[in-house]
Amino acid sequence: MKLEDKKRVLREMVVHRRFEERCYQAYIERKIGGFLHLYPGQEACCNGVMEAARPGYDYVITGYRDHVHAIKCGSDPREVMAELYGKETGSSKGRGGSMHIFDVKHRFMGGYALVGGPFPLAAGIAKGIQMKGGDEIAICFLGDAANNQGTFHETMNMAALYKLPVLFVCENNLYGIGTAIERSTAVVHQHKRVCGYDMEAAETDGQDIEKVYEAAKTAINHVRSGKGPYFLELLTYRYRGHSMSDSRGYRSREEEEMWKQRDPIFILRDRLIAEKAMTMADYEAMEKEVDNYIENEVIKFAEESPEPKAEELEKYVFADRESQMPWITGKAA
Amino acid sequence: MAEIMYWEALQRAHDEEMARDPLVICMGEDIGVAGGTYKATKGLYEKYGPLRVIDTPISENSYTGLGIGASFLGVRPIIELMSVNFAWLAMDQMFNSAAKVRYMSGGQLTAPCVFRSAGGAAHQLGAQHSARMEKVFMGIAGLRVVTPSNPRQAYGLLKSAVRSDDPVYINEHELMYNMKGDVPDGEYFHPLEGSEVTRSGTDVTLFGYNISVHWNLKAAEILDKQYGISAEVVDLYSLSPLDREGIRKSVSKTHRAVVVGEEEAPVGVCAEVISIINEECFFELDAAPVRVNSALVPQPYNHTLEKAAIPNAEDVVAAVLKLFGRG
Ligand SMILES: Cc1ncc(C[n+]2csc(CCOP(=O)(O)OP(=O)(O)O)c2C)c(N)n1
Ligand SMILES: [Mg+2]
Repeated sequence: MKLEDKKRVLREMVVHRRFEERCYQAYIERKIGGFLHLYPGQEACCNGVMEAARPGYDYVITGYRDHVHAIKCGSDPREVMAELYGKETGSSKGRGGSMHIFDVKHRFMGGYALVGGPFPLAAGIAKGIQMKGGDEIAICFLGDAANNQGTFHETMNMAALYKLPVLFVCENNLYGIGTAIERSTAVVHQHKRVCGYDMEAAETDGQDIEKVYEAAKTAINHVRSGKGPYFLELLTYRYRGHSMSDSRGYRSREEEEMWKQRDPIFILRDRLIAEKAMTMADYEAMEKEVDNYIENEVIKFAEESPEPKAEELEKYVFADRESQMPWITGKAA
Repeated sequence: MAEIMYWEALQRAHDEEMARDPLVICMGEDIGVAGGTYKATKGLYEKYGPLRVIDTPISENSYTGLGIGASFLGVRPIIELMSVNFAWLAMDQMFNSAAKVRYMSGGQLTAPCVFRSAGGAAHQLGAQHSARMEKVFMGIAGLRVVTPSNPRQAYGLLKSAVRSDDPVYINEHELMYNMKGDVPDGEYFHPLEGSEVTRSGTDVTLFGYNISVHWNLKAAEILDKQYGISAEVVDLYSLSPLDREGIRKSVSKTHRAVVVGEEEAPVGVCAEVISIINEECFFELDAAPVRVNSALVPQPYNHTLEKAAIPNAEDVVAAVLKLFGRG
């Protein structure tokens, strides 16, 4: 990665981290409701892959742990936060919530709550790309435990069979809610699972953004050049519980500490400091600046935005009726 | 009688049945080491071990099928689908295998499984975590559907479901696991069929099940105190089969019916109850029966919209007043 990119991404990752930590606080203050799944610990996965891709051009789809992926694709953090607050200005107009951030103008095709649901959708998006003849690719970010759904195998088969331009990124954080991977899955290393479909695959350290970037570059070259799908496994860890109701009784504090020693933000920061590209003081100033931004722009925007109106409960259930009249009445001109 | 929570009632039923019969097992996501999303299986993993308390992968259709297959050999699995929204994925096995195997094998095989899951809209869980699907299950021949509205029923229905040789689907509610209520100290088997008159009245029957029973009780209170209308509250804890006789009896007494469910109206439980009223006691009616349901929208995240989408006791009162021409 180029130096200026690394510096930019470091700040982005700090935004992502602070955004999520601020969500935690807002949830406790009951500003955010529903289920909330946070991303701290895994930042290098999304950032590393998307640095090698073309954010806003390539299509991205994921599960419920979706805020950072949307922001990385180009979503305005203010709109993502407004969505979490259930506001009309939110990316899904307050109708979706944390698990359903959508921002199609940035080709962020959404967060979905059903584990395994996005696999075939990603392949379908890739099929759309294939039909239209563009050079975009589809990128599907999901967890490790999702690979135990039937949709995983069914989709891998079709993606390979039809040579679809889709990159599957498995963020293997070693747990599905409170169940450790070795207790739910016969193989811990997920990339091995696609060899049955003759799919190209690799595994790398998901905490070091440069390693993720390099692996993703190879993967994306493969996919974009028309050679078919690719499966990239990133070994990572989420610091917080699965969602807000999780007290992490299923894993040890020592294990958590061990992973925190390999924090994706600190790895990059320390490297930049070692390369004399920045000082600790620079980093701390940047953190402050980010905190101010989150508080004074992102949170403020969400707080001050209007609620959806109760009269508009049924808006967005169907397409605008007027526009559909020829088909609804059968009286097409 | 002890007052315990709904989840504790479920946990007790699991524990007693597992202690009694070594072929009773339970399975589902995060039910073992983690103790269950709603604690219904808390402590069972420690007590009965991993062969009988099975933490499954996120493979709903296949682990449900695995449980059904085991039940062919006499194992009695209690299969927890963490949320009814995920049960969609298991419906192939539930409907195509469990519900039909007795019939299509000419009685040779049976699938004595219990399926449990949490349904309903809770707090802002959004479109993909708020489904009310009892209507789907109750339309399947060969599957029993029950839905407990209190801890006593939660305990007693699960006990009976485990003993029953038919597959039983138990529809619980995300908002009810911490509800308290009296449960008998001794063993208690709640009937899988029938209905209960929760509050007796003379002017109108409020039919409900699961959470809507509680809206109806509240509405009956308001109707009595503020409007002098005596409402009978009937709890349809068995959705399949529905208690035709119980429905007929109550409507023949009150001559008016309001049917309340958290589901969306189309093709619903309430539509089915009104059909039964029409079939059983049309000439007893003083007014056309009506239903109170949720709006037909994917559940919105925003809490104002969410509240607007779900009915409550005030909506039930309004429907009753309208029935009496007092709206
Ligand atoms: C079909 C379905 N089954 C179960 C769930 C409940 N659930 C939500 S997330 C999750 C664990 C997923 O783990 P993983 O795929 O590893 O992703 P992670 O949360 O670790 O990022 C489960 C079981 C669900 N949302 N959808
Ligand atoms: Mg995981």
